Amino acid sequence: MPETSRRGLLFGATALSAGALLTACTSNEPKSAQPAGNSQPAADDKPGKPVTIGFAGPQADHGWLNAINVNAKSRAEKYSEVTLEITEGSNDTAAQIGQVKTLINKKVDVLVILPADGKALTQVGLEAMKAGIPVVNLDRIFASPQAYRCWVGGDNYGMGLNAGHYIGEQLKDKADAKVVELAGIDNLELTKQRSQGFKDALKNYPNIKLVARQAADFTVESGQAKMAQLLQAQKQFDALWNHDDDQGVGALRAIQQAGRDEFIMVGGAGAKSAMDAIKADNSVLKATVLYPPTMAASAIDLARALGQGKGIGGLSEMEIPTSLTLYSAVVTKDNIDQYLPTGFN
Amino acid sequence: MTQPAPSAQHNGPEKGALTGPSDPPSAKTGGARPGLGLRLDVRILSLLGVLAALVLVGGITEPDAFLDTGNLQLILTQASVIGVVTVGMTFVITSGGIDLSVGAMVALASVWATTLATQEYGFAGIAFTAVIVGVAAGLVNGVLIAYGGMVPFIATLAMLASARGLALMITDGKTQIVTVDSVLSLGLPDSYILGVPPLVIMFAAVTVIGWLILNRTTFGRRTVAVGGNAEAARLAGIDVRRQRLYLYVLSGLCCGIAAFMLIVLSGSGQNTNGNLYELDAIAAAIIGGTLLSGGRGTIVGSVLGVLIFTTITNIFALNNLQSDVQQIAKGAIIVAAVLVQRRTLRGADT
Repeated sequence: MPETSRRGLLFGATALSAGALLTACTSNEPKSAQPAGNSQPAADDKPGKPVTIGFAGPQADHGWLNAINVNAKSRAEKYSEVTLEITEGSNDTAAQIGQVKTLINKKVDVLVILPADGKALTQVGLEAMKAGIPVVNLDRIFASPQAYRCWVGGDNYGMGLNAGHYIGEQLKDKADAKVVELAGIDNLELTKQRSQGFKDALKNYPNIKLVARQAADFTVESGQAKMAQLLQAQKQFDALWNHDDDQGVGALRAIQQAGRDEFIMVGGAGAKSAMDAIKADNSVLKATVLYPPTMAASAIDLARALGQGKGIGGLSEMEIPTSLTLYSAVVTKDNIDQYLPTGFN
Repeated sequence: MTQPAPSAQHNGPEKGALTGPSDPPSAKTGGARPGLGLRLDVRILSLLGVLAALVLVGGITEPDAFLDTGNLQLILTQASVIGVVTVGMTFVITSGGIDLSVGAMVALASVWATTLATQEYGFAGIAFTAVIVGVAAGLVNGVLIAYGGMVPFIATLAMLASARGLALMITDGKTQIVTVDSVLSLGLPDSYILGVPPLVIMFAAVTVIGWLILNRTTFGRRTVAVGGNAEAARLAGIDVRRQRLYLYVLSGLCCGIAAFMLIVLSGSGQNTNGNLYELDAIAAAIIGGTLLSGGRGTIVGSVLGVLIFTTITNIFALNNLQSDVQQIAKGAIIVAAVLVQRRTLRGADT
């Protein structure tokens, strides 16, 4: 049995005290300036009237989803007047509907919902809106625009597009270049969008051909298994686009096991392990296309602004926008230091 | 065919001639009939036929990539982890039980063994933790089923849910990357022994030991007897409850070993590990010729079942088939394999 490691304790204690320090700062001196840079909240940071935000998300069984929860919680803690009511995550549609209903009954001021399945949660989004609770729909989009006041999420098509353009630029001078794609879960809409974007970008580079595409399951195990097969099938190629950095851990392991290094690899999502590898520059992984979990923090900002009836600082509008699509930046060795803090475990 | 039929149809593993005094009268199946001296029954032959046909398909469609040492190593490696799980599952099904928690036990064992605390103890710490966690989870299953009187389906379903939950709690949804070199290097080509990956050797060892236990020991005979007719086995003096307890522990042990192998293979532990292993292992065992109702089990058949699945997946990937087509084709091949088997057996019977 593992004992609690001293390292773990130390880390925990540090994190706790840092958290305490942060809370102390924000609650005692609310008017002091917020930290600059990435942690700058989007909305006006002057404390306004108290807002209770209900947050319902899926089960965090994946690094990215866990980062979503962490981002939402830590951003909510930054605002002294914001109370976050967070429900237990569930991938079961019925359970998540029940959780959102509970939040509606509790009469929270604003709801942030990251549905496990956007279409299936549409009805309960409508219900909340009808009950006068504005909904911020995070990432997986509801089927009806009436079910949310504001949508904020990532750009899956853009992710594929940017990955394709990056690879295209790297290989543009190479005749008959071959590219391989390791996609995510094939029955998800987002996987189709990522693949479509990638295909569309590659059309700009007639010298590049997509020679193989296999879908994995977003897990390390499936990434290793599918990549091992791809490497066996393709004896030589020039670039690989892998949709997800978690399955990328497995893919990199398969590449290491096959002893291959003739190609460049581009990841997806922006896991810390991938960013570390890009920074170290000692593997085939040269870039990752972001699907930033910071969108959860932005959702809290927007929910707070909604609750307080404000717009967003810097924009001329009186109200927050109805939709906000995040940019899928390509992180490479050149800009890694800028993005490293957003990498998730 | 030279009359191997009766034993292939109803009998326990081919051990007839070795019947000893401890052999129980497993009433339903007629127990251990005298063997005909034929070691390979029709079922095994038909499975070998399916495998040969697949090799032919692979060789024709992708001759360069399929017929290649690297690919053979790959197929065997990919069969290893699920193969070890299937050996344990074969015992459980042979005894008339079922273990739905194998995938979750693999997940739990693999994430527990890859926590930072465990990694501090290096190779031994990881291997030991994986096996112990597997055995402990199997023990819980066994106690609930054998002494708690729970139906195996329900008890192991509960374990499936709670072990996955615990795995999620331990990892917090994060991927636990292994940094212990001695573990990592076991999965790299440098460690291959005469071209055979260590994981494949472990798989082979578990298979041989499993075969010996099921076919050559009292434990194996008792397992078959309990699956054939538990009441008759009890009357014959077998401690049925204790036997059941041991069998679920054995399944957990196999999951622990598989978890360690998966850690070596993927270089990490993740709560999603072992996803749907229960279905793959049950399917492989059933295709292999183990009776879902218990009373007959065959390790060789199970392993062939696993190899058939892995080879199919390999051929699909080499031909760059998309996942929807893969799923449909996999389903069709399962049905075809079982139909061919039944036909062959019926033909041999009459």
